[in-house]
Amino acid sequence: MEKKPVMLKIDQVQCHNENYATLFFNHGIEFIPGQFVMLWLPEIDEKPYTVSFHSKERFGVTVEAKGRFSQRAVALKPGDLVGVRGPFGNGFSFDAHANVCFVAGGCGIAPLAPMIESVPGSKTIIQGARSDDYLLFKDRFSGSDVHYCTDDGSFGQKGFVTDALADAMANNMFDMVYTCGPEVMMKKVFDLCEANSVRCQISLERYMRCGFGVCGACVCGKERVCVDGPVFESQQIRTLDDFNKKALLKSGKAVTLNDYFSWRSA
Amino acid sequence: MNVNFLGKQLKSPTVLASGILGNSFDILERVHGAGCGIVTMKSIGPAPRDGHNNPTVIDLGHGLINAVGLPTPGFRHMDEEWEDLEKRDFPLSASIYGGSVSEFVEVAKFVAEKGPDFIELNISCPNSAKHGMLFGTNPESSFDVVSAVKRVTGQIPVIPKLTPQALSIGEIAKACEEAGADALCAINTAGPGMLIDIESRKPILAYKKGGLSGQMIRPIAVRCVYEICQQTTLPVIGLGGVTTGRDAVEMIMAGATLVGVGSAVKSRGIDVFSTITRELAQWLEDHGTTLEEIRGAAHG
Ligand SMILES: Cc1cc2nc3c(=O)[nH]c(=O)nc-3n(C[C@H](O)[C@H](O)[C@H](O)COP(=O)(O)OP(=O)(O)OC[C@H]3O[C@@H](n4cnc5c(N)ncnc54)[C@H](O)[C@@H]3O)c2cc1C
Ligand code: FES
Repeated sequence: MEKKPVMLKIDQVQCHNENYATLFFNHGIEFIPGQFVMLWLPEIDEKPYTVSFHSKERFGVTVEAKGRFSQRAVALKPGDLVGVRGPFGNGFSFDAHANVCFVAGGCGIAPLAPMIESVPGSKTIIQGARSDDYLLFKDRFSGSDVHYCTDDGSFGQKGFVTDALADAMANNMFDMVYTCGPEVMMKKVFDLCEANSVRCQISLERYMRCGFGVCGACVCGKERVCVDGPVFESQQIRTLDDFNKKALLKSGKAVTLNDYFSWRSA
Repeated sequence: MNVNFLGKQLKSPTVLASGILGNSFDILERVHGAGCGIVTMKSIGPAPRDGHNNPTVIDLGHGLINAVGLPTPGFRHMDEEWEDLEKRDFPLSASIYGGSVSEFVEVAKFVAEKGPDFIELNISCPNSAKHGMLFGTNPESSFDVVSAVKRVTGQIPVIPKLTPQALSIGEIAKACEEAGADALCAINTAGPGMLIDIESRKPILAYKKGGLSGQMIRPIAVRCVYEICQQTTLPVIGLGGVTTGRDAVEMIMAGATLVGVGSAVKSRGIDVFSTITRELAQWLEDHGTTLEEIRGAAHG
């Protein structure tokens, strides 16, 4: 089947703060939490975004204004047309009756949110951001045990999500920890899980082109983040040599993550 | 299914098409592990290049359209990858491109010293105004590039990749043979074509036009391989839409020695290399025949 971008009208734009906005579309998609779509702004670019809200007839993506594309995306208005391809990727997996924990940093709550909503029973959520303004979706998970952390202490506990996770692990036997956020943070979460023999699923981000596993732009070690991921679990992470180390630039050049994430200023 | 190609023993007659995956040592090693006979690196150019903005690759169901735009770190900026590749235990083809004969030579000379098993000359990419297809549509410029590159690549076999956009692909093939090419690869993407989104009234690809690949171009590829084999005796890597073992049989009957696989990675996954090899072997067994016997059979 042909998979060109489908032009969808934005139904609603929810501005969370000066840098984050969620774009909602009245359109049903077949979707597993953790999957992403490619958003196309004609004559600008096309980039991957995880689905952060999902119901039968509606979905949303949450965008952090960073560079050329995302700054335009958060400034879009209801009625504007956006091209959508996807969903792509594998998504998170879940075993019934597991006791699970979610650890999110910044915009990393976006892919985790639909997963949190789809998992039955009790769950622990640890969500961090630089400050109160940047904590997304407060009140969205009211039935759960939510711990907030901010770098400046403006909301919740002052400090890092990894400290809160270490505390939670001391009092709970988790079967699975799901995490998304800056790669250094996910590495620390993964190391904590390994030390405590807890399974873990991370969601990775790499520069993408096709989204369906042929172009090779998104490779991390031997894995293609767009189809083999973006979600990887402990067994794969152990052999994923490039995790928290290397990423390919648009040119295909392999660089350190620091160089990769300073792309804009380069 | 062992095959000998230009003196190298391959475990399969399948070749990874340049431009598909091929971005790092780890993924090349994985493709080899998935049953591929020769893995091809993404085309390497003279200077760092980002390629085009997205959308760059669109799935049309019966094939792909792409204008990735020859992204490359540039041959001088791949030290780590070259180091990894030196330790490889699989047949490797390094694909290269340039914007002039002297750029081709500069890249070829450097790359040859890294010891790939083959060097592919991309004289056929439609996605850059300055690089690629310009050379491959003209017999004289094809001759010039191939003969110049042959002078600096020593014993390493040189394999020009041809474009179906040439007026006569057989003439180009002959020019390459006269220039000393060791084998040929055909075809690069066809077209170029264009998609327009009718809601926004804009071309979908950022580069506006892009090359077509996959099942929809297979008849073009088969015709090109057939014509090449009428004009030259060089071994040919037949490439363009090969998706199943039967497609491979067809390509070999047109005259191909090996078959390239690219877009089929999308429809059948990375294991497509071992799958096609298995289907091909099964077909040969069912028909009580061999690769050698069916090669060029359609020329009768
Ligand atoms: C699977 C997946 C899911 C994603 N989900 C979300 C999401 O839900 N919400 C969200 O806000 N973002 C998400 N992203 C990131 C998003 O796709 C964009 O990268 C981001 O919005 C920046 O794009 P930009 O064009 O605005 O920034 P740019 O101007 O391209 O650069 C801003 C920053 O983005 C990074 N970057 C972008 N392109 C490159 C490149 N070619 N090479 C190296 N670094 C680059 C760098 O860190 C750079 O500093 C996701 C990415 C992936 C791969
Ligand atoms: S984006 Fe093309 S292989 Fe992943």
